[in-house]
Amino acid sequence: MKDIGLVTDLYRSELSRFEREPAGTMPAWVQQLRQAAGARFADLGFPTTHHEEWRHTDVTPIVENPFSCAKRRPDITKAELEPAVSWAGPRHQLTFVNGHFSPLLSVLERLPQGVIAGSLADSCTISSNFLEPHLGRHANYEDQAFVALNTAFLNDGAFVYLPPNTMVEEPIFVVFVSCPNGEAAISHPRVLIVAGPSSRATVIESYLGLKDGLYFTNVVTEVVLGEEAVFDHHLLQQESRAAYHIATLAVHQGRNSTFTSHSLALGGALARTEVHGLLADEGSTCTLRGLYGATGRQHVGIHTRIDHAKPRCTSRQLYKGILSGHASGVFHGRILVRQDAHETDARQTNNNLLLSEDAVVHTTPQLEIFADDVKCSHGATVGQLDRDVLFYLRSRGLDLEDARRLMTQAFGSELIRFIAHDRIRNRFTELLPRWTSQTYSESFPA
Amino acid sequence: MPDPILEIRELHASAAGKEILRGMNLTIRAGEVHAIMGPNASGKSTLAYVLAGREGYEATAGTIRYEGKNLLIMPPEARAREGLFLAFQYPIEIPGMTTMQFLKAALNTIRKHRGLEELDAIDFLALVKERAQLLDVDADFLNRPVNAGFSGGEKKRNEILQMAFLDPKLAILDETDSGLDIDALKIVAGGVNALRGQDRAMLLITHYQRLLNFVVPDYVHVLLNGRIVQSGGKELALTVEERGYGWLEGPDARTSEEKAAP
Repeated sequence: MKDIGLVTDLYRSELSRFEREPAGTMPAWVQQLRQAAGARFADLGFPTTHHEEWRHTDVTPIVENPFSCAKRRPDITKAELEPAVSWAGPRHQLTFVNGHFSPLLSVLERLPQGVIAGSLADSCTISSNFLEPHLGRHANYEDQAFVALNTAFLNDGAFVYLPPNTMVEEPIFVVFVSCPNGEAAISHPRVLIVAGPSSRATVIESYLGLKDGLYFTNVVTEVVLGEEAVFDHHLLQQESRAAYHIATLAVHQGRNSTFTSHSLALGGALARTEVHGLLADEGSTCTLRGLYGATGRQHVGIHTRIDHAKPRCTSRQLYKGILSGHASGVFHGRILVRQDAHETDARQTNNNLLLSEDAVVHTTPQLEIFADDVKCSHGATVGQLDRDVLFYLRSRGLDLEDARRLMTQAFGSELIRFIAHDRIRNRFTELLPRWTSQTYSESFPA
Repeated sequence: MPDPILEIRELHASAAGKEILRGMNLTIRAGEVHAIMGPNASGKSTLAYVLAGREGYEATAGTIRYEGKNLLIMPPEARAREGLFLAFQYPIEIPGMTTMQFLKAALNTIRKHRGLEELDAIDFLALVKERAQLLDVDADFLNRPVNAGFSGGEKKRNEILQMAFLDPKLAILDETDSGLDIDALKIVAGGVNALRGQDRAMLLITHYQRLLNFVVPDYVHVLLNGRIVQSGGKELALTVEERGYGWLEGPDARTSEEKAAP
């Protein structure tokens, strides 16, 4: 591995070039936030496999690639994008190309009164007082290097604001399209969602690589839920197979709020998602369900940390992984129950299916409980396709490959059926067999 | 007399390295319903699995001809496509796959093999409705994952439903009556009876005579220590019910080869 300090210097110089660029109309507090995070990143540097949290995630390829900030205007037309997004039906859509907001590819009509959905860059200026109390407060840049890096380069992304008691019926679709243009581009998109008390909304975050190629998406999403807010979050990660994807989702939950997230992570050469849920007030519920699939030499990692800070909160985690070829996966799930968080009810399950002998997965559940009177459980499994089921399917006429493919799909679809929104569930249901078939033809060529 | 569908000759088979079947003979022709009765460990399930081609159940000597072809060299899916069907004693659970998806995948594979068009969603649903009625199965049942959380009766009904779908030439029912209460048994037996026909042969494997009150066989065989020791008509089942298996277990029922063994 190259001297990581030296490479960090490269990012430092890129950062100082970014800082010298005219800040536009960004308010002073944003500039201060960037500087603080930049300074923090300079101290932290990139994590190495010597860091416990990064033991199985080697970011050397990210560090060694001379990524530079993504070009503003690649040519993507509505017609090119449409096949990848039309499944969502009627929707509000914010589209970003290589990290930059594209008004032409966005659809923002008929939003209920008071709801804001738009570019973060614009919102920082226009609606500064809505953002200032939240932006950068929930995703921790003090000890998370990639959050610090994202915050230091904070420039554009999505901002969604739901006033108290509002309900947005149609899903809000946030699409990040990467369209590499021969250059190794990096983008640091930022998403901030502030859901007021008793508001309800459904959001889809989608990451799409429209062309094969090398790029790096380093995204941070902050979600803040007010009292009694109900928020349905979905994450579709379909980056190109050569891409790097590091995502941090930080959720701050108010009293009796409900956060539910369903994710499907299939793309990227290296893709890591961190989910940090803070149950910051009594009676809140956080449900995370995710499916990750990797083949070839892909690496996929899911790292969750649920912080039960207050009493009577519930958390549920179900993550499933399918690994084939020489792929590697990590599930690291941490549940922290603080001293006053009595009557906590926390459950975590991770099941992995290995389709080849060379695929590996590291699964580490971690419970830290400082309160009495709690219900906590966790379980992890790693296995192969069940031989009895294989025989059952073959005894009904299916050949070995079809039987294996159907069983793999069945393993994944167990989780998808929980998705409440019909069109989103259908989309997940459609992508899984497509991915499975591709994986089988790649891993087990006839 | 129609040609035999199944001809088993001097079959020896082992499971987990242990010899279970020791020179078994059986011939089944189209339209016939045969019952094989036998106590635990007589080799009933081994026979079912050897016929279906399950891993770990190995024929070590003898032959099995299915429609004149060597069954033992065919992979399990080829046997199924050629019309052999096993209703499992312990149907397997498949979380994440609905019975509907399962039926559709199996039916279309077999139709394709028979040179028929795959059924589209509408025709498939129509067929599901028709066949489901036969077994008193509702839509909820079909949309649940295969056998997951099913009661014993539901699992067995699901097996017969699959049989009704796949239209086999030879159906082997492995202890389909076990674990069923009388109502469930009647439903299952009703389904089986409805599927009897000139072109279909059936092999009922059972421990008790109970099922045979509802599905009356043409022939009854008693399997003991891996060999058929007695064959007869349906009345043999009643004799077994009355007298148990003990009277067949005497030294006369054994071969000289076994007598010589230590």
